Amino acid sequence: MNQPVGAQAEVVLRLRGITKRFGSLTANDAIDLDLHKGEVVALLGENGAGKSTLMSILFGHYVADEGTVEAFGQPLPPGDPAAALARGIGMVHQHFTLADNLTVLDNVMLGTESLWSWRSRRSAGRARLDRLAGAFGLAVRGDARVGDLSVGERQRVEILKALYRDARILILDEPTAVLTPQESASLRATLGRLVAEGLSIIFISHKLDEVLEIGDRVVVLRAGKVAGEVPVADADRPMLAGMMVGRAVEQPQRRQLSPGAVAVGLQGVTVLGEGGRRRLDAVDLDIRAGEIVGLAGVSGNGQSVLSDVLAGLITPDGGHYRLADEDVSRAGTRGLVARGVGRIPEDRQASGVIGDMTIPETLIAEDFRARPFSRFGVIDWRAARDFAARIVSDFDVRTERPDLNARLLSGGNMQKLLLGRALARRPRFVLANQPTRGLDVGAAAYVHQRLLAAREAGAAILLISEDLDEVLRLSDRVAVMFRGRLREADPALGPVTVERLGLMMAGQGFEHAA
Amino acid sequence: MRLEPRAAVPWTLSLAAPAGAVVVSLALCGFLVAWAGAPVLRAYAQMFQGAAGSLFALTETLARATPLIFTGLAAAIAFRARFWNIGAEGQLYLGAVAATVLGTGAIGGLSPWLMIPLLMIGGALAGALLLMGPTLLKLRLGVDEVVTTLLLNFIVILFVGLLLEGPLKDPMGLGWPQAEPIVAEGELPKLFGGMRLHLGFVIAVGLAVVLWFVDRRTTFGYAARAVGLNPQAAAYAGIGVRGVMFRVALISGGLAGLAGVSEVAGLKGNLTLDLSPGFGYSGIVVAMLAQLHPLGVVAAALFVAGIFVGADAMSRSAGVPTYIADVIVASSLLCMLVALLLTRYRLRR
Repeated sequence: MNQPVGAQAEVVLRLRGITKRFGSLTANDAIDLDLHKGEVVALLGENGAGKSTLMSILFGHYVADEGTVEAFGQPLPPGDPAAALARGIGMVHQHFTLADNLTVLDNVMLGTESLWSWRSRRSAGRARLDRLAGAFGLAVRGDARVGDLSVGERQRVEILKALYRDARILILDEPTAVLTPQESASLRATLGRLVAEGLSIIFISHKLDEVLEIGDRVVVLRAGKVAGEVPVADADRPMLAGMMVGRAVEQPQRRQLSPGAVAVGLQGVTVLGEGGRRRLDAVDLDIRAGEIVGLAGVSGNGQSVLSDVLAGLITPDGGHYRLADEDVSRAGTRGLVARGVGRIPEDRQASGVIGDMTIPETLIAEDFRARPFSRFGVIDWRAARDFAARIVSDFDVRTERPDLNARLLSGGNMQKLLLGRALARRPRFVLANQPTRGLDVGAAAYVHQRLLAAREAGAAILLISEDLDEVLRLSDRVAVMFRGRLREADPALGPVTVERLGLMMAGQGFEHAA
Repeated sequence: MRLEPRAAVPWTLSLAAPAGAVVVSLALCGFLVAWAGAPVLRAYAQMFQGAAGSLFALTETLARATPLIFTGLAAAIAFRARFWNIGAEGQLYLGAVAATVLGTGAIGGLSPWLMIPLLMIGGALAGALLLMGPTLLKLRLGVDEVVTTLLLNFIVILFVGLLLEGPLKDPMGLGWPQAEPIVAEGELPKLFGGMRLHLGFVIAVGLAVVLWFVDRRTTFGYAARAVGLNPQAAAYAGIGVRGVMFRVALISGGLAGLAGVSEVAGLKGNLTLDLSPGFGYSGIVVAMLAQLHPLGVVAAALFVAGIFVGADAMSRSAGVPTYIADVIVASSLLCMLVALLLTRYRLRR
């Protein structure tokens, strides 16, 4: 797909001088963008660089303060998603907009028929869906309930939904964030077929590697402005990273350490679900002091359950969870925190910060019962504020005020807050579940640096992540979860690579052990 | 037009919001007053006179506010922890029953220094115990407490009717369904001679201050707020969500029970079926007007009580039906909800 598109190709989409302000923040600043027929433009940028705002303007969710959008030579009326759809602009959101309890066909047809018509033309719709699915290799059963589909299949439904409405321009917002490497490869093949049919694609991403693989041309946004535009053929990783961040990003390096004694031990940890299903099936794992163990897996294969067990939210139905020599299976959340477990939750908004509390309030949530934060049940807010000030400065949290409500922080700063809460106590075991999900390159590098520093300070670390590059770069050892079971990628069998992890995530190596 | 969240809500705005809501709602209701054929400004002036124009009027308003402070606090503390106790009315009546059982001669010869606390504790326990059922059902089985607490109100009120026709009926009551009067040692002393305002008001305001301290400064108040704002994050951080809710429910039910004690032993003197004209439900309105703030509850209760007492005066002199009070309170609540939105968000076009 990386062949350059001739300059003579027709311009299907033309954005000129798009400017959008939110209060004092200029989210988009005089952005120009052209999309040619049959071209894949990768829109690269950190969180908050203005990618989503730009696409929301294009799709009519927002109205630009200045600037124009032209589709196929005609100006697009601002603020009108229906007009964008009618012009053949289709959008696949990062968080799918599908109705789980409807079938694939219902989802695809939803909104395409008048509410006043007497009956639904389902058979015609089905034929059309099958034809599209066949033509673009998007195999999916029309009668399947969307709730029963895998994430990759749901994404196919989203794409089919756009194609069903005759989309000629497809916007994909962070499409690979939720896919396995194999599913991503299949998505790339699909995009190739779409482009061959003459569709044009805008592909939003903050992952450098996939931009280099998928795009024809990369447009980099930084702080609301176009920071640069290069054909993929002329681009490389450091160059794009530099354009995106505006400075060279140093990737923290993992120093060679000899791991210490076993700090965390799991033996046969089992958690039963409904109807005796095993959500965790006899998981064994040792983590040594000064060691990072990476844990990969397609989401929903037990990583979250394991994380809940390690965080003390779930008591396992069988097996042992030991810290050093002590069995802490029943210690509970508070018991684990007291014993030196630092925990970074998977979803920082839902189970990390308390959004409507201030930074000091949300920071003391784990140990407000103990000194110095309280005595005799009365909270010492001065101590809490001092602690918060220390975390904010030590962990480089960018906030306009020290008593801001936590929900108003950006994702990266929120994560630094939680990182500070977990690491300030110098834990001997750090459970980091998706610690860089959704973070930009700079913030992610900071989180990595802090985790590596904790490792050098002798902490045992479990890094659960869907970002395989991250897992491979940080971890001393790597394990994979599949259907509630855990297997280590044995380095004796050859180098641990993304491909090998991808196969394990799809179940290879788990068959004989059932 | 769009709404954008504000980075921080200035405290001036938090205070201006309820004031603005009241002004707007009075202006809107002015049309109704005019429709009823009364001069709007004069009618409102008479209303203010009736609510706060004299010492008598003022004490009447404070007396009326007393049960509203108790039930408002009951609702506010429960709602803060996202426990939807709609059953303050029933808890109020059961508190009054407890005070009646203990305070109509079953225990005699105690000094008021012992008798009054005894009635208070008895009433609070009765209210708290009544709320235990819905609380345990919610925490153990996930039964919606809105339904159970609401429906319990009707059961309790019918039960009180049964008691007043049977075991608690006053033999000297000329056949009316009313209980024997509270003994003199159990009566809450009046604050001014000849006025109805009683000790219950002081206790209610004192409790509001205590709850404010608990909310802002204690570990329990912190845990309750955390559970209310984000139960999932609270659980992750190690706060026992169920335990916190259980204790919050106990306090909420107890406060509503105290409202009943205060009315029986302070104002009415005996238990009747018209002890409360819906103080339990008005408490919810009071709590919402107060943005669930304990001290705000006192202010909101004074406002609601003032409107009701003042509307009586306005009705007598200007001929506007007293129902205008309900309309004013209801529209104030609606305006308050809009005002709250505007404190948290900025309007942009």
